[in-house]
Amino acid sequence: MRIEILHWEGCPSTPEAVELLETVLAERGLLEPIELHEVTTQEEAERLRFPGSPTIRIEGRDVDPTGAQGRPSLTCRIYNLPDGRVSPVPSRQQLEEALR
Amino acid sequence: MTIALGTEAPLFDLPGVDGRNHSLDDYAESDALVLIQSCNHCPYVQAWEGRMIELQRELGDRGVRIVAVNSNDADSHPEDSFEEMRARAEREGFNFDYLHDEPQTVARQLGAERTPEVFVFDRDRRLRYHGAIDDSRDEDGVSQRYLRDALEAVLAGRDPDVTETQAVGCTVKWK
Repeated sequence: MRIEILHWEGCPSTPEAVELLETVLAERGLLEPIELHEVTTQEEAERLRFPGSPTIRIEGRDVDPTGAQGRPSLTCRIYNLPDGRVSPVPSRQQLEEALR
Repeated sequence: MTIALGTEAPLFDLPGVDGRNHSLDDYAESDALVLIQSCNHCPYVQAWEGRMIELQRELGDRGVRIVAVNSNDADSHPEDSFEEMRARAEREGFNFDYLHDEPQTVARQLGAERTPEVFVFDRDRRLRYHGAIDDSRDEDGVSQRYLRDALEAVLAGRDPDVTETQAVGCTVKWK
């Protein structure tokens, strides 16, 4: 299973996303390595269809397919949580569903 | 570099989402002025917006004015354009002024780096607190209410116990 986190250094949420993803993976007994890829230019953001940091892909599929359609940009990504709040990282539920 | 404690508030005259220009002098009657480097697009700002509204509602009658300033480059982040600012302020029911710093002058004068990033000025418009609104993006996890505590201190005429914290959020989008 290929697990990627695409991130941009201007957004501080990457460590929180990594920790959450590692926790969810461990709970499911998955020992897959997480590939971290830093996006550094707007051109790279467009080439990778990077809608903001962090972007998490499981087997190439975004954990938030709706948000994946956002304009490629070096920015912090917004995740809409089930309770209506917004967050700079996906919810545990989103990660769990993406891993099913 | 961020301005030091005790520094005077920067002079400004910026368009607000209410269709009027707002200058530092417009807030001369306020006992505390809170400039918040802010924007539309940042999830950290959005997570704290409700608390900004709540603080203005609770402390407005006691002489506190919150003023959000968006200095982000709207070319790279179109969500932060003036039109989008007006739309967001209306949609979210902002009860504080939301100003557009298109030339990024105020952000540079403050030495702001993040959104949201708070600057509390006292009655004499000297900086008394700088940093985060509180210690958790998630409202349920808040244990230290830095901005509220700083405002209570300033209104009481004393120094805040905590005068500087690290603002957590998106970077200011420079041109």
